[in-house]
Amino acid sequence: MAAGGDLTDLADRIIARAKDGEQVEVVVGRSRHTEVRAYEGEVESLTAAENQGAGVRVVSGDRQGFAYAGSLDDDVLGELLDEARDNAEFATPDEWVGLAEPDGVPVPDLDLYRPSLLDVPTGRKVDLALELERAVRGRDRRITGVESAEFVDGSGERCVVTTTGIRSESRSTSCYLSASCLATAGDETQTGFGFSVGRELDDLDLDEAAADAAHRATRLLGSVKPASGRVTVVLDPFVTAQLLGVIGGTLSGSAVVKGRSPFAERLGEDVASALVTLVDDPTNPSAYTAARADGEGLASRRNPLIERGVLRQFVHDSSTARRSGTRSTGNAVRGGFASTPSAGCRALSLEPGVDDQPALLRAVGEGVLVSSVIGLHSGVNPVSGDFSTGAEGLRIQRGELGQPLREFTVASTLQRMLHDVEAVGSDVEWLPMSAAGVSLVIRDVTVSGS
Amino acid sequence: MIDEDVIGRVLGTALRTGADFAEVFAEDKRTSSAVLDDGRIEELSSGRDRGAGIRVVAGETTGYAHTADLSEAGLRSAAEAAAAAARGGGGGTRTVELTRRPTTNPNVVAIDPATVPKARKVDLLRRADEAARARAGSIRQVSARYGDSRRRILVANSDGLVAADDQTRTMFSVAVVAAGDTGMQTGRQSVGRTIGFEMFDANDVEAVARSAADRAVTKLRARPAPSGEMPVVIGPGGGGVLFHEACGHGLEADLVAKSASVYKGRQGERVASPLVTLVDDGTIAEEWGAFGIDDEGTPAQRNVLIRDGVLADYMWDFLRARKEGRARSGNGRRQSYQHLPMVRMTNTVILPGDDRPEDIIAGTESGIYVAQLGGGSVNTATGDFVFGMWEAYLIENGEITDPIRESNLVGNGPKVLLDVDAVGDDFAMGSPGTCGKDGQGVPVGDGVPTLRVRSMTVGGTAA
Repeated sequence: MAAGGDLTDLADRIIARAKDGEQVEVVVGRSRHTEVRAYEGEVESLTAAENQGAGVRVVSGDRQGFAYAGSLDDDVLGELLDEARDNAEFATPDEWVGLAEPDGVPVPDLDLYRPSLLDVPTGRKVDLALELERAVRGRDRRITGVESAEFVDGSGERCVVTTTGIRSESRSTSCYLSASCLATAGDETQTGFGFSVGRELDDLDLDEAAADAAHRATRLLGSVKPASGRVTVVLDPFVTAQLLGVIGGTLSGSAVVKGRSPFAERLGEDVASALVTLVDDPTNPSAYTAARADGEGLASRRNPLIERGVLRQFVHDSSTARRSGTRSTGNAVRGGFASTPSAGCRALSLEPGVDDQPALLRAVGEGVLVSSVIGLHSGVNPVSGDFSTGAEGLRIQRGELGQPLREFTVASTLQRMLHDVEAVGSDVEWLPMSAAGVSLVIRDVTVSGS
Repeated sequence: MIDEDVIGRVLGTALRTGADFAEVFAEDKRTSSAVLDDGRIEELSSGRDRGAGIRVVAGETTGYAHTADLSEAGLRSAAEAAAAAARGGGGGTRTVELTRRPTTNPNVVAIDPATVPKARKVDLLRRADEAARARAGSIRQVSARYGDSRRRILVANSDGLVAADDQTRTMFSVAVVAAGDTGMQTGRQSVGRTIGFEMFDANDVEAVARSAADRAVTKLRARPAPSGEMPVVIGPGGGGVLFHEACGHGLEADLVAKSASVYKGRQGERVASPLVTLVDDGTIAEEWGAFGIDDEGTPAQRNVLIRDGVLADYMWDFLRARKEGRARSGNGRRQSYQHLPMVRMTNTVILPGDDRPEDIIAGTESGIYVAQLGGGSVNTATGDFVFGMWEAYLIENGEITDPIRESNLVGNGPKVLLDVDAVGDDFAMGSPGTCGKDGQGVPVGDGVPTLRVRSMTVGGTAA
């Protein structure tokens, strides 16, 4: 696909200045986005943004240095290579550092760029944000406020060019609608959010976003703090996706080679219930994070990580792969031009089971449905595996959802939770993060309440 | 950064569609960082971000556009985009008379980090690595990070204001992994100041490293955290994030205005134990959330939010203050020129009380002692919050006993404020933090004396 040709030209100009015995990687990115926020029937804000810049990585004498600039002006770009070179001088020589090299894996053909999105007039975007706010409000008379209702769209292009022969260009479009609202009953207030994401306007489902926000807020009204105890929990798809993100972190090559993963020594062993098959696949076009290539410019590929409970492989970038005596799995993740890549999962999903959520609830009988978690970043330690997070949800009684619950925690360890998986739902749902959601049943989790 | 004549013309362009207010925010930021991991200096990185955001307000609508192009043409094109987004009723030409306002920055920088040889920065990392590893045989991994930034900002608006600030921050952090019979545990410690490289004169990197190492090693013998409601004593400096989350966010005027705060309409009412006085103070010299002007040009201020348990005031930015016809409080902040400002905290502290810390612990029959909290989150509409405990111990019969494994605390902000039943006469600021709101991160500080909350829910696994 021809994209970002002028970005590649910029990169080539820097690459041309590489010295003998020096590896140079240039990543150049450019993106635009608009964001419209509606509040109480008016446009609260409308932002038009443009972002561009470049990052340069130099590897010389087994040492790596990096510099970036949020600008493509010649004077700034000119300094980047020298600055990255200078930075490399101070690194400790490391035989495993080095850029990716072409590995022959074909680049998947993914349709991620939809020009139609670029033609949407601003007025239409404004209407969508206003319409979303109205839709949330009109959904239920207990909805007393819409904290935010927004439409966001964007397009971006990026290239990665190296002296080792990598030439990767990509571009994509995306858009989403998202709302968060307040539901009130008496003097109690609850909140809920809903969203819909896509690559062009036709992908968006405004009513679904509005309905989700209203449903999440209203279904928690009348909630109480549960009694403490050990229970079986059913995780809502959104919660599962967040959990998979944490588990994915422990399977990163960099955590493994540096002795920070609780699974580092467990390849080939049972690390999970036989119901667990976990795959990282950014070539899946349904994935929000689908992409043709990884952050080092290698082709995206499908990597099974856990198969029927057995740990099969970790995810690697070229450096962690060299150190582990293997090949990159195409899992270099980078935040943009302003950071260097590191090994990480890109599009995780669990192989679905056969039952939808209502059937899972009936099978569980008694337990707790966890509808949202907060504090995942503070309550989970991906090195020790200790897991403890704040939660909201509903009691499961006689196989059905009952009393709403709040202000409690769910706790276990990542290692135990994987073994304690009792069922995976059939309701796989790709979410705007690097993992897909699905209902997940885990037994023997500690709920702390009153 | 930008010539005042140019700013005047850009503001004129921004006002052409009849807006009530226009603002130019320009920023030039340089960062440098160095990372040691696994015994190696892995990488040094340098960054440069430069650009401007133009904000135009017409009635209830804000238009915003930003650009990395600081030429007059680039700025005027952004101004046109912002003006088109926020169209006022009138139109026509308005001339803006700009008056430069001097800025008093509480932070005095002695050594610009950009002038310090990289070799010296790298040396700090090596010293930290060595100090952490020497602490115990169980230390398996050490990573350390040095970072500095210099952010120069210029704010000018159609009210005639022009103000500038120069903000330098330096930070150092160490993370350690220790391994024992019960698996691996981690410990972290960081230090950061809104000053230059002279920070290391008063802050010894070896001490930071030892503290991180001790935290990891201590947790190797930790018991599973208890589960359920119990008294929680927070150590000095270790728990400011509790108040940042539990009530700070709920006192931000933008959330209050949208009824997304449990504190809406409660000014003058008792919202906390009389022992609680909560202050947000952007003028505490050198602290992580200190600055000369906020990102709307308002000087940093000391704002008493809760006085002796009574809600005194919220925190304000330009938009909310204008709507209420009151003064701004120096809390209008943004992550960068690519973001709209909103109400944000600076350094949020609980003032010391009268109790002796040892008496607070001795007076607690059974509960937990939290020496260091991790990050947290809050739902401001309900007040429910959660945060992690990085270093915590059991209190048994009035004494601190065994360490406990990492877990979360959950509670409800309004309830916790009322449940504070002891406040110590000590005080310490905590570690430098980054507060996230609506996708934007800004540097913040916090501090607390030793204090006790009568009851919170501890989310462990032990019965």
